[in-house]
Amino acid sequence: MSLVNTYPTRLYNFLIEIGDLSHFAIRYFKEVFKGPYETSELIKQCYIIGNRSLFLVGVTGFILGLVFTLQSRPTLLEFGAASWMPSMVSISIVREIGPVVIALICAGKIGSGIGAELGSMRVTEQIDAMEVSGTNPFKYLVVTRITATTLMLPLLVIFGDTIALIGSSLVEYSKGGVSFTLYFNKVIKALSFGDILPATIKTFFFGFVIGLVGCYKGYHCKKGTLGVGEASNIAVVYASMLLFIVDFIAVFISDIFFEI
Amino acid sequence: MSIKNNISPVLEIKDLKKSFGDHQVLKGFNVSLYPQENVVIMGKSGSGKSVMIKCLVGLMKATSGTIKIKNKDISILGQTELDFLRTEIGFLFQGSALYDSMTVRENLEFPLRRHKDKLRFRESVHDLVHEALENVGLVDAIDLMPSELSGGMKRRVALARALILKPSIMLYDEPTTGLDPITAKEIIHLMRNIQDRYGTSSLIITHDVDCARVISNRIILLVDGINYAEGTYDELSSSKDSMTKMFFK
Repeated sequence: MSLVNTYPTRLYNFLIEIGDLSHFAIRYFKEVFKGPYETSELIKQCYIIGNRSLFLVGVTGFILGLVFTLQSRPTLLEFGAASWMPSMVSISIVREIGPVVIALICAGKIGSGIGAELGSMRVTEQIDAMEVSGTNPFKYLVVTRITATTLMLPLLVIFGDTIALIGSSLVEYSKGGVSFTLYFNKVIKALSFGDILPATIKTFFFGFVIGLVGCYKGYHCKKGTLGVGEASNIAVVYASMLLFIVDFIAVFISDIFFEI
Repeated sequence: MSIKNNISPVLEIKDLKKSFGDHQVLKGFNVSLYPQENVVIMGKSGSGKSVMIKCLVGLMKATSGTIKIKNKDISILGQTELDFLRTEIGFLFQGSALYDSMTVRENLEFPLRRHKDKLRFRESVHDLVHEALENVGLVDAIDLMPSELSGGMKRRVALARALILKPSIMLYDEPTTGLDPITAKEIIHLMRNIQDRYGTSSLIITHDVDCARVISNRIILLVDGINYAEGTYDELSSSKDSMTKMFFK
C-alpha cells in the first residue's frame, strides 16, 4: 500500500523538479545578457572546464577510435568492404558516437564537479556570504559555469573526435597498411557539411545541459555533506539522461533539415 | 531610555513570523537596534535565531512582519536597492564562510568588486584590504588559502571581510562557537575594538555567556519563537525566573 502511495508523490516531486529546473534555465537566460559581466571568472571557468578535461577526453577518444575500428574491421573484411573503414568510422564518430560518449564523460567529470563545488559552497554558507556582500552569486557562479560548459564542450568534442580518428588510423595502418594520408583523405571525402554542422550544434546544447544540471543541483543543495554527495551524483544521472533526450531531439530536427 | 525615544533605530524587526510548512519557527519576534548599541540574542538551538538573522538580510523571506534597516522596509526593496542596503551590513557567519577557492586577499577584495563606490578619495582596494587585515592582526596571511588557516584565523579573516565595506551594522551569528576559550576571547576583544573604532551597531547571536557579558548593552532571550525576556546582563543573570536562569548557569 505504501509503495502505491509513493508513486504519485514521486511523480509530483519529479514534475516539481522539472519546473524548478526550467525556472533555473529561464533565470540563466535573463541574467546572461545583463551586465555587469563576470568576464574574468568566465575565462577561468573555461580554462578549468576545457583545459583540465583535455587529457580525459583525449584518452577516451583515442581508445574509442581504436576499439571501434578493431571491432568493425572483421565484419567489413568479410564483406570485402575494408576500404570503407575510414568513411564508416569518421561518419559514426563525428555524427553520433564522439559527441555522445564525450558528453557523457564530461557529464561525469564536469557535471559532478560543478554539483559538488556549488553544493559545498551552499552548505558552508559561502553562497549566502556572496549574497550578503551585495554580489549576485547566481551571475558569478552559475552564469559563468553554464556559459563555460556551453562554449567548451564543442571544442572538447572536436578534440576528442580528432583523437578518435587518429586512433582509428593507427589500427588501419598497423592491420591494413593504410597510410595516414590516405586514411585522412578518405575521411575528408566522406564527411559532408550535413555531418559536421548538426553534430557540432548539438554539442552546444550538451554543454548547456551539463552545466545547467550541475549548477542547479549544487546551487539548491541541502542536507549538509550528505547533500553534497547527492547533488554531485544526481547531477551526473540527470545530465546523462537529458543528454540522450537532447540527442534524440537534435537527430530528429537535423533529419528534417539535412538528409541523413 | 530617554535617548532611545529620540533616536530612530538603525534596525527594527516587528512581529516577525516564519514558518516552514506547518512548523512555525518565529511566532512574532521583535527587536530594535539603536546606533552604537550591542544587542545579544540568546536562545536554545532550534529557537529560530539563525532563521531570524537570515530573514534580516533577505536570505530568507519572512512569512509576515516587518524588517526595517535604516528606515527602509526590506520586503519592498528591489534587488539593486537590497544589494546596496546590504553594503551597510557586515555579516559574520558561524562557520566563517570564507570562499575556499580564493586567497585571503581575494576573499577580502570580493565584496569590493561591485561596490567600488565604497572606496574613499585616493584609497585603493589594496589599502582597504590592508586596513581590514590590520584590524584583525592578520596582514601576514594575505596570500594564504583558507585551508591553510586555523579556525580562529578563519574567523578573523571573515571578520575583516565583513568590515571591508565599512558597514554601520554588524551581524554576528555565533561568533565564538567552535573556538577554544583563548581564541574566543580574542574574537570578543576584536568585536569590541571594531565597535570602538567604527561606531557600529551590532546584533549578536550567541550561546556564549562570557561573550554576552562582555559585549552586550542589552540581551533578548528568544524562546519558542518569541521574546521571552529582555534586559541588561546584570538584570537577566540575577533573574529568579527558572528559564532565564538556565541561560546564565
